[in-house]
Amino acid sequence: MTVTFPQKGLPWLLLLPQLLVTAIFFLWPAEQALEQAFYQEDAFGLSREFIGLENFADLFTDPLYYQSMLTTLVFSFSVAIVGMSLALLLAVMADRIIRGKLAYQTLLIWPYAVAPALAGVLWWILFDPSMGPIALWLKSAGIDWNHYLDGNQAMILVVIASTWKQISYNFLFFLAGLQAVPRSLIEAAAIDGASPFKRFWTIVFPLLSPTTFFLLVVNLVYAFFETFGVIDATTKGGPGQSTTTLVYKVFDDGFVGLDLGGSAAQSVVLMAIVGLMTVIQFRFIERKVQYS
Amino acid sequence: MIENRPWLTFASHATLLIGIALVALPVWMALVASTHPASAFGVGHIPLWFGGAGAQTWGTVLFEKAGNGVDTPVWFMMLNSLIMALGITFGKIAISLLSAYAIVFFRFPFRNLCFWIIFMTLMLPVEVRIVPTYEVVANLDLLNSYTGLTLPLIASATATFLFRQCFLSIPGELVEAARMDGAGPWRFFFDILLPLSRTNIAALFVILFIYGWNQYLWPLLITTDDAYYTLVMSIKRMLSVTDGDIAWNQIMATTLLAMLPPVAVVIGMQKLFVKGLVDSEK
Repeated sequence: MTVTFPQKGLPWLLLLPQLLVTAIFFLWPAEQALEQAFYQEDAFGLSREFIGLENFADLFTDPLYYQSMLTTLVFSFSVAIVGMSLALLLAVMADRIIRGKLAYQTLLIWPYAVAPALAGVLWWILFDPSMGPIALWLKSAGIDWNHYLDGNQAMILVVIASTWKQISYNFLFFLAGLQAVPRSLIEAAAIDGASPFKRFWTIVFPLLSPTTFFLLVVNLVYAFFETFGVIDATTKGGPGQSTTTLVYKVFDDGFVGLDLGGSAAQSVVLMAIVGLMTVIQFRFIERKVQYS
Repeated sequence: MIENRPWLTFASHATLLIGIALVALPVWMALVASTHPASAFGVGHIPLWFGGAGAQTWGTVLFEKAGNGVDTPVWFMMLNSLIMALGITFGKIAISLLSAYAIVFFRFPFRNLCFWIIFMTLMLPVEVRIVPTYEVVANLDLLNSYTGLTLPLIASATATFLFRQCFLSIPGELVEAARMDGAGPWRFFFDILLPLSRTNIAALFVILFIYGWNQYLWPLLITTDDAYYTLVMSIKRMLSVTDGDIAWNQIMATTLLAMLPPVAVVIGMQKLFVKGLVDSEK
């Protein structure tokens, strides 16, 4: 328990800026979304009509919404799993070596700083069907690459661009986790004759499971919400709806389709999902922390 | 290393080098592409080695206009990005330090409610509630302004949460001692708390700067006046040309310039950045 100061008014003064910003730019829009979700508004915002839960009913009977949900799940889990496996591989290798660890780390972490939209553009040029070197190479190998037409290929492109950026983040956490594994445990196993692979799977990997779980949540959250730029800069949700994730759909329906009620209903659903994920993450973080 | 297995050490280095090469591949290609004239990008043809037009492309993009429908030079948009990134960074750190201080070191009614209200915003990015937030900002007449670019993005609690964690780990005896020596809350804040959280602040600075610099959708929506264009969002405007070919050389040069500042910050402040990330887990 921390020792506290007795002042009564001061804490409110200290909290005021944060509460104001939160109220104006978070609670107010959230409330607006909630309200809008129950109305039907014409595209110019001139008239609105209360329609109760109809927006939600429309949403949950719309096959496109379920398709978008599925797209989001496929996309998010692909990004999380590919990104985490590659990062784990690199971290295990970096943990093994003695010389040049910092140099490798430096050369691996910088993509973290690249904006998702830029990552999308960078990979786009490599995969552009008419001039991208990778696309042309795939063509010569017999794979007809055209992410403008093929939904699965478009998905692969956005997964690659989003994963690329996330590898550095996962790498750092796995490396930190690996360095926290007690050396004595590994040495004991080595003396007992366990091979490096066996040691990894029976000792190191189980000890990494908290890190892995944490990264899974973080990566899913990242893929859910922060990859908007990747998708918007490369595929714009297409072809068809094949790369329209839930967050992209909120934007697309609201700003492009001008379906404000529908977009608001989607915002409300998303906020509920985020709330749930936050609680999971918070429980996890709280459990791990020991306050001194 | 437990035992000496030269082939495994070799394999480790090899894997890491391949990993680095793959990670660097798109940037390498962008660099090469930016050194060729726009005419070099035809069907079935992308240059694989440096050309001679690099200095010219980079010069045009940086000082004249980025091209492809964006008439603002990159240096100017860099300035806007910098204002936005620093505004978000300093704003967030300032309000978060104060509110975390209030929540940890004072007891007052509704303390927990306040914490939860702030905490709710922790992971909710602006993209999720984009339409209503846009409307609120439009109602407040903040479109096309630096205030509109920064303030709405300050409303997230990541920093508050980190400072709370950091303050909670400060031993009570320290506060007790300060109080016995007659230090009031402000003196305690400036003389003890701030110096103790110096490294946390620096680490957060790195992370928030990158967050602010990399904003994409928000500036894209609320800036229609090119005096407020930021660098990352301008890429989108450069890509959506309707007439004629996309000038890939200019786009690639702009992309590289847009990633330069945050990458420099991450590499230059690597220790703080890593600490900031790994601490945020705890």
